[in-house]
Amino acid sequence: MKVLGKQENVHEFRDEILALCGEDTSNCVQCGKCTASCPIAPEMDLQPSQVLRHVQINSRKPVLQCSTIWLCASCETCSSRCPEGIEIATVMDTLRKLAVEEGLATGQEQIVAFNEIFLDSIKRHGRVFELGLVMRFNMASRQPLKDAHLGPVMLGKRKLSLLAHNIREKATVREIFRKSRRFFLGDKTGEAAD
Amino acid sequence: MTYSEVVEVKGFVGNFDVTIRRKPRYIDETKCTGCGECIEKCLAFAPNEWELGLGKRRAVYKPFAQGVPNVPVIDPEVCGHFTTGLCSVCSKICQADAIDYDQKDEFITEKFGVIIMATGFDQLDTSVYGEYGGGRFKDVITGLHLERMLEPSGPTGGHVIRPSNYKPAKRVVFIQCVGSRDEAKGMPYCSRICCMYTAKHAILLKDHVPDSQSYIFYIDIRTAGKNYEEFYKKAQREAGAIYIRGRVSKIYEKGDQLIVRGADTLIGEQIEVEADLVVLAAAAVPRGGAKELAKMLNIPCDDYGFFSEAHPKLQPVESVTKGIYVAGSCQFPKDVPDSVAMAGAATIKACSILSHDELTIDPKVAYVDPEVCSGCLNCIAVCPFDAIVAEVVNGKQVASIVQSLCHGCGNCASACRTKAANVRGFSDDQIYAQISAPFSPREEKSVEGAR
Repeated sequence: MKVLGKQENVHEFRDEILALCGEDTSNCVQCGKCTASCPIAPEMDLQPSQVLRHVQINSRKPVLQCSTIWLCASCETCSSRCPEGIEIATVMDTLRKLAVEEGLATGQEQIVAFNEIFLDSIKRHGRVFELGLVMRFNMASRQPLKDAHLGPVMLGKRKLSLLAHNIREKATVREIFRKSRRFFLGDKTGEAAD
Repeated sequence: MTYSEVVEVKGFVGNFDVTIRRKPRYIDETKCTGCGECIEKCLAFAPNEWELGLGKRRAVYKPFAQGVPNVPVIDPEVCGHFTTGLCSVCSKICQADAIDYDQKDEFITEKFGVIIMATGFDQLDTSVYGEYGGGRFKDVITGLHLERMLEPSGPTGGHVIRPSNYKPAKRVVFIQCVGSRDEAKGMPYCSRICCMYTAKHAILLKDHVPDSQSYIFYIDIRTAGKNYEEFYKKAQREAGAIYIRGRVSKIYEKGDQLIVRGADTLIGEQIEVEADLVVLAAAAVPRGGAKELAKMLNIPCDDYGFFSEAHPKLQPVESVTKGIYVAGSCQFPKDVPDSVAMAGAATIKACSILSHDELTIDPKVAYVDPEVCSGCLNCIAVCPFDAIVAEVVNGKQVASIVQSLCHGCGNCASACRTKAANVRGFSDDQIYAQISAPFSPREEKSVEGAR
């Protein structure tokens, strides 16, 4: 049961999200249009509108532990249909980052692992190295031979390559990673400006 | 005419005889200058009704600061002169010599052309809600109490305090629909005003106490009105009020805090809020005595006791009885703009009757044929509008219809044993003719001409 205690600042979580991504969740009127338009909503444990509701009443843990933020495909249907103009997909993204940062992304190891491996691939090569991504993900998810039979076929059709391709401006991409990490993990209000 | 009560109404539109009881003020209105010296010097105190018991008033008092006329009144139940006979400070202090302990009830009868009902509403007694304390918790108040507290010249000087310990209230929980939309303990209808005044309270509270936080439990927020939705959103966004969709199941005490247990149906979970003060949005109910008043004026009430309008869409300010109009919340709970609009409409309707020398009425009223009438006067008993009087025609007692009162309901026609009473346009003969017409053999008409 959610208890709104005496010392609690009920707007704390909302303010944090607002500072991180500029989206004010208190504008949400709980009409449910995001939930209605989400293609993955049937698979989620909290509906998108409920995620926003939890943020509104400073209910931190249920949001950061839910499957919703990880199942969100960032298709942005919710954002484009929201009558209050809230970028809900952006809120979901911010919540994902917070969940990782606070070690609360439990129960969704595979999705978290995939995200991390995907981003790592971008960081290293400036683009996705598909074969490396698949193999690392298969190892991380302890299913090494998953989809293995597709490998030779795709290699034969030159859809996959054995070696990673790097982009030319790799250093720039790395700089983007460095900056965004400092923005997110550093002083949450101050450093975002530079 | 203030401090007066209507005790009897007779007659009909254009000719109402109204008997009014003028209650004794014990102060001569013609002499009093309204200086207020007597109020300051009075020694007896009583709970202040205007402040809903939050403050005290003297035995000599003005009910509220803006009251007209600016003349105080003495409450004989508290006043030392009436209770013990020993005190007469006010009469000694009054420089205008206006105090008159010997005033008595005064009855006056005057003629009036039309009557406008604007008796307002009462707040539901929330003590029926045991789960909300039933009056046990001092810090559970109603919206009207908070309204008085927020008033700068009110009992707390504009400070929102906890009545239990007079400390400032920082965390305030508002509970909507206490008695409204509740068929078990309250009224089935929506009181219409609570959503908006609670939003106002949340905004004012933030204004008065910047570090306060309000929580509002609601079922639906109904903001039908110009700029109302924007106002509600202002309460949410600028005043930071947390709206929680769900009814409160109970309030209990924990230390000196109140714990409000409700549900947040939007996340489907129970929720508890620690509160300094709980404000109940009590239902608006008909004014006490409204039904008796309606009986006296011969106007109908709805099931709850609100005065009925003649037609909900086309005659919203007229009552069924001609010459009597309704305005404001005595007809149904409504907010200030609606009340003002209704009062304006009722006034204009009243003026339009008064501006003519003759009254135009619906022709479908009853009539009694004095030749046939046996004078049994059964019809008087069945007439719901008191529109029938006994008359002597050619030395014989007969019933006679007062046409301006008659609504053509036909009760008298069906009660009349001699068939002397009939409604114009709907006499027995006319109705029988209508019934028999479709069953009589059709006349063969020539269709030649049409071709």
